[in-house]
Amino acid sequence: MGGDLTLTSVTKRFGAFTAVDDLDLRVPEGSFFALLGPSGCGKTTTLRMVAGLDEPTTGTVLLGDTDITRLKPYKRPVNTVFQSYALFPHLTVADNVAFGLKRRGRRKIDDEVAEMLALVELQQLAKRRPGQLSGGQQQRVALARALINQPEVLLLDEPLGALDLKLRRQMQIELKRIQTEVGLTFVHVTHDQEEAMTMADTVAVMNEGRIEQLGPPEELYESPATTFVANFLGQSNLVAGSVTGTSGDLVHVEVHGARVFAGRSRSRVTEGDVWAGVRPEKVYLAGPGEEAADEVNSLRGGVVSDVSFVGVSTQYLVRMAWDQELTVFEQNTGARKRFRPGDQVDLHWRPEHTFLLDATQDAAAGVEREPV
Amino acid sequence: MSAAGHVPSLGPTEAQLTGRPDPASRRSGWSGYLLLLPGGLWLLLFFVVPTVTLMATSLYDPAGSLQTGYAMTGHWQNYVEALGDYAPQFVRSLVYALLATVACIVLGFPLAYAIAFKAGRWKNLMLVAVIAPFFTSFLVRTLSWQYILGDNEALVGFLRSIHVLAPDGYLLATPFAVVTGLTYNFLPFMVLPLYASLEKLDPRLIEAGADLYASPVTTFRTVTLPLAMPGLVAGTLLTFIPSAGDYINSELLGNPRTRMIGNEIQDLFGAGDYPTAASLSVTLMAAIVVLVFVYVRRAGTEELL
Repeated sequence: MGGDLTLTSVTKRFGAFTAVDDLDLRVPEGSFFALLGPSGCGKTTTLRMVAGLDEPTTGTVLLGDTDITRLKPYKRPVNTVFQSYALFPHLTVADNVAFGLKRRGRRKIDDEVAEMLALVELQQLAKRRPGQLSGGQQQRVALARALINQPEVLLLDEPLGALDLKLRRQMQIELKRIQTEVGLTFVHVTHDQEEAMTMADTVAVMNEGRIEQLGPPEELYESPATTFVANFLGQSNLVAGSVTGTSGDLVHVEVHGARVFAGRSRSRVTEGDVWAGVRPEKVYLAGPGEEAADEVNSLRGGVVSDVSFVGVSTQYLVRMAWDQELTVFEQNTGARKRFRPGDQVDLHWRPEHTFLLDATQDAAAGVEREPV
Repeated sequence: MSAAGHVPSLGPTEAQLTGRPDPASRRSGWSGYLLLLPGGLWLLLFFVVPTVTLMATSLYDPAGSLQTGYAMTGHWQNYVEALGDYAPQFVRSLVYALLATVACIVLGFPLAYAIAFKAGRWKNLMLVAVIAPFFTSFLVRTLSWQYILGDNEALVGFLRSIHVLAPDGYLLATPFAVVTGLTYNFLPFMVLPLYASLEKLDPRLIEAGADLYASPVTTFRTVTLPLAMPGLVAGTLLTFIPSAGDYINSELLGNPRTRMIGNEIQDLFGAGDYPTAASLSVTLMAAIVVLVFVYVRRAGTEELL
């Protein structure tokens, strides 16, 4: 088989509930692809349809040129690392890893199993049962058990969700290393935006059964297509405004009495009402009335309402005259003035860091997330 | 003999998980022994003493009687005579018990599986339905099988009409009726432990099997069955042991040629031949202990893959 994984207008309904809604997706061969979204967005269902554990209501799943939509899971060259690992508790680590090869009638697999266990650094634990391993070790067994079959596509269903932060970081790097080493197609489902951005070449942000936006992490972050992406992937300040005109590459937007500019390439709409957005770390603070450089967007007349020091940066909440709170992250380089709650401040940022979104969308879409 | 002791444990113990000795074992004192006391006394009085008495009785001189008393002569010939006279009943008991146990597995495994995985909101109702027969007496339930299998009843009539039975064929008073009765009476003892094992089985493991190239049949053989083993072993013991010693089903549903060892023991006690009855009982016990021991050892250590 081999080749790209292609989902074409795939819909999955459970009774009246539509889990996946007319989804089109193409995962290039050999890429590390992340499906990112909040719980219940349909990402796991999508994964299960690729694995064959759920069958699409309509639509097709292609692997290369082969239609695998109705193929039984045990006949697909696809393996899954399950969220809860689903290791066989009655088998040793080595037997768990050997399971897939044995089912395909392979003999003399001891060397392969040993090699795979070495890859995930579990040689010494080969004779243990999964119940005697830590969460991180179990996760590596699950990975080895899937990888050893050299599937065309490896599916990872929130594989790091059960691990603590430090171990998760370590495993992220490990997974990325292994993917580069073996060169397989990885499809990684996660609700952790940082995890998706760290590991994947391409991220698809999913919401309510649909793909909101798909692209390299930088592109999604710098130029979100929807308010959901703007809020779910990192944080955004979204301010209501309306387009007053364009000049060259710039779109002019009237925002609560101030004029700001946005790059045309990051403007999803170029007329009418818009959400003008900017990422908190792109904004810097200055004392009231201080002249800013030319062609810088400025929103004046804010009052610092909250300051939290988080080591590498300081996070400010600034209340604006129209009673909206905006977020500003200032790097703690030592060169910048510190502000205190109650201080009057102006906000400045460069026009090319502004993005414009359709104002008909909910500005709070995708905000519910707390950093995990 | 406990089944659980021989089945490989599927998870680490508390002490393995925490890396500390069990706090209870460090706490010296009398509380543990005090807690053991009531159960220990009970076992001593109603298990150890009767067993020793039974073994002693089996070696009494058969010349005595209840009225005149027995002399302890170490008369091991009781065993030789008992085995010589009752070998057919012994074999029959073990064969019937085996057939009933196999029938219980065949009927009970799909039922337990369905309750554990497919019943949804009917799960509790189905469990109640499995236990509900216990609200009626064992005797009454067995007697009602006389009616179900009766010569002039619907079942036999139907089987005759579709030529499964000959026009003068019958079911009651046959080995079939006895095994049916045993199966019926002990089925819940198979279903409940099997259900308990299957209930604990994470359905994702079955999906993982499918994901790793195992067909449904292979997944059953390599994942579901090994993980259901503790329940299967417990269910087998709870079915086989009482079936082998049962005499009610043969008494009510069988004929003189379906007599099991339990019937003979009961008759011998009734007739006052205590030494022979006791030697038969001890032999049955020993046979079951050996069979169970071999079975549990095999089920526990056999490489099932």
